[in-house]
Amino acid sequence: MELLFTSCLGVMIACGVYLMLRARTFPFVLGLTLLGYAVNMFLFVSGRLKTNLPAVVSPEQLQYTDPLPQALVLTAIVIGFAMVAFVVVLALRASGELGTDHVDGHKENNS
Amino acid sequence: MNHLIVAPLLLPLLMGAIIVLAVNRSISLHRTLGLISSAVVTLITGVLLYQAMTGPIQMYVLGDWSPPFGIIMVLDRLSAMMIFITSLLAFLCLLYAVKGTDEQGKNFHALFQFQLLGINGAFLTGDIFNLFVFFEVMLLSSYGLVLHGGGARRTKAGMHYVMLNLVGSSVFLIGVGVLYGLLGSLNMADMAVRLASAPADNAALLQAGGLILFGVFALKAALIPLYFWLPNAYGFTSAPVAALFAVMTKVGVYVILRVYTLIFGDHAGVAANVLEPWLLPVALVTLVAGSIGVVASRDLRQTIAYMVVVSVGTLLAVIGTFSVDGIAAAIVYLPHTTFMTAAMFLVADMIRQQRLDAGAALTPDRPVGQERLLGLLFLGAAVAIGGLPPLSGFTAKVMMLMGVQAHAAAPWIWSLVLIGGLMGLIALGRAGSVIFWKTMPLDDSGVGAFSKEPHADIPRYGIGYSFPVLILLAISPLLVLFGGPLSDFGYAVAAQISQPVYYIEAVLGSDAVAALLSAGGY
Repeated sequence: MELLFTSCLGVMIACGVYLMLRARTFPFVLGLTLLGYAVNMFLFVSGRLKTNLPAVVSPEQLQYTDPLPQALVLTAIVIGFAMVAFVVVLALRASGELGTDHVDGHKENNS
Repeated sequence: MNHLIVAPLLLPLLMGAIIVLAVNRSISLHRTLGLISSAVVTLITGVLLYQAMTGPIQMYVLGDWSPPFGIIMVLDRLSAMMIFITSLLAFLCLLYAVKGTDEQGKNFHALFQFQLLGINGAFLTGDIFNLFVFFEVMLLSSYGLVLHGGGARRTKAGMHYVMLNLVGSSVFLIGVGVLYGLLGSLNMADMAVRLASAPADNAALLQAGGLILFGVFALKAALIPLYFWLPNAYGFTSAPVAALFAVMTKVGVYVILRVYTLIFGDHAGVAANVLEPWLLPVALVTLVAGSIGVVASRDLRQTIAYMVVVSVGTLLAVIGTFSVDGIAAAIVYLPHTTFMTAAMFLVADMIRQQRLDAGAALTPDRPVGQERLLGLLFLGAAVAIGGLPPLSGFTAKVMMLMGVQAHAAAPWIWSLVLIGGLMGLIALGRAGSVIFWKTMPLDDSGVGAFSKEPHADIPRYGIGYSFPVLILLAISPLLVLFGGPLSDFGYAVAAQISQPVYYIEAVLGSDAVAALLSAGGY
């Protein structure tokens, strides 16, 4: 499972970075979303991968997963969501004001 | 528990929320609330600074969840100094902003309060994930403030700023995830204790985690190669915001100083002093690049923005020696550079408004309306920022150069800091001569062509308009007059910073210090 998990993360980060380097606002937002997912999953496994275990520490249950990374991921998801919303609005405004969706404001560049 | 510690966070949060609720009420209500909040926060942080100078390190445990489980705020001398500088600067910037800048958008005052909350929080927190959260609070409000007032250039520069910082936040989480996965704690003092006894198998990952975090802090502090967003973002935003942002890069400097002395210091076992080979060279290259930018830019505001890069390079080069003398000198230089850069941003804005065609661009235009006032303000700010005697730039620079004498790289630091200062002087001298001396005739033609009256559209500043700048500039001679106590304070801060056992003892008690010492740290 570790191999599957890490390769998924790797693919997501690679796609995210590639999209962000396209230097257009819409691919950037998609890339940022992918990178955000990958980072959240990465944060999640910093408490190690375990299956079918509760995230609650109790006297009856000897084994448990670390609940803290789950709380961290929750925070990170909320913040990441707000940031994506903000960057979408900013991208819309930029395309209105600059007349292009290129992040540097180049108009003639069609690549 | 001293509840005053959390007040610099709660008050701006509360006030910001009230201002958001009153968004459609008159702007004078926003102004009153914002100014009251900033003034009270300044007073509170002044009291806290006094307490931190005279007393031990204090801790505020949120929700009474005892550390390392809950989130804590820690008030030591460094964080007390930083929140005081931030609050005072924010108050003065707000005084300038209420003269008209804040009318360009509805939510300026709310964003300003949340900005204050984020910066103060980043300085006070003792938990690395909470640091991330406060970074995000700070950044989200700064995105709004950078774009305040609109305009194509501002949007473009703001977009780079936002996008780079969004990627930076993701990288921050990766660094925190690596460290949490290996150490199992997020409390900075607890991380220091656990890192001291970390097994050697994890050395590579721990060091990588530390350096990934450095990448993020370098983006915040605007170190090379991560400073390219700064000149445009700071140069094209509105003046009070740019002046307040003079302290935002210092957040990066503060965090570097905090994390790499507390967590990755001498005692950190396999990851001890992980930053030491990197910080000094990177800072010196930043200094050079910033100096080139200072002389190369064709706009006064951009020149000042590059001066922010130079000051960060100088500060981190001196801190990069990781010696008590160096850190103490950096502590003395930090308030000077923050306040003077802010003053210069405000002066540049006053000059820009009186030059109808050229604005802040360094091309000849008709003379400014109030040559005497603006000329004197510019001269004062330039002397202070350029490091000429008798103002504080000179004394702070002398102290920094003396402080790094013992270090092997001292010749490099000396020559680059001095050349950087010379470049700053050349750029400011040239800017001053273009703006004040190389002027065109008052009016091109027609009625009043040879009259001595300036253009009718030029705004004239009363004493209230220049008051914030005068106060900021008055800080400089004060820093010289009280140079003795200030350098004593710098040494007191450096003593606390370079001995993280005090911090760890204040947070976790003496058992944790015993564990740290038995791990072979000392």
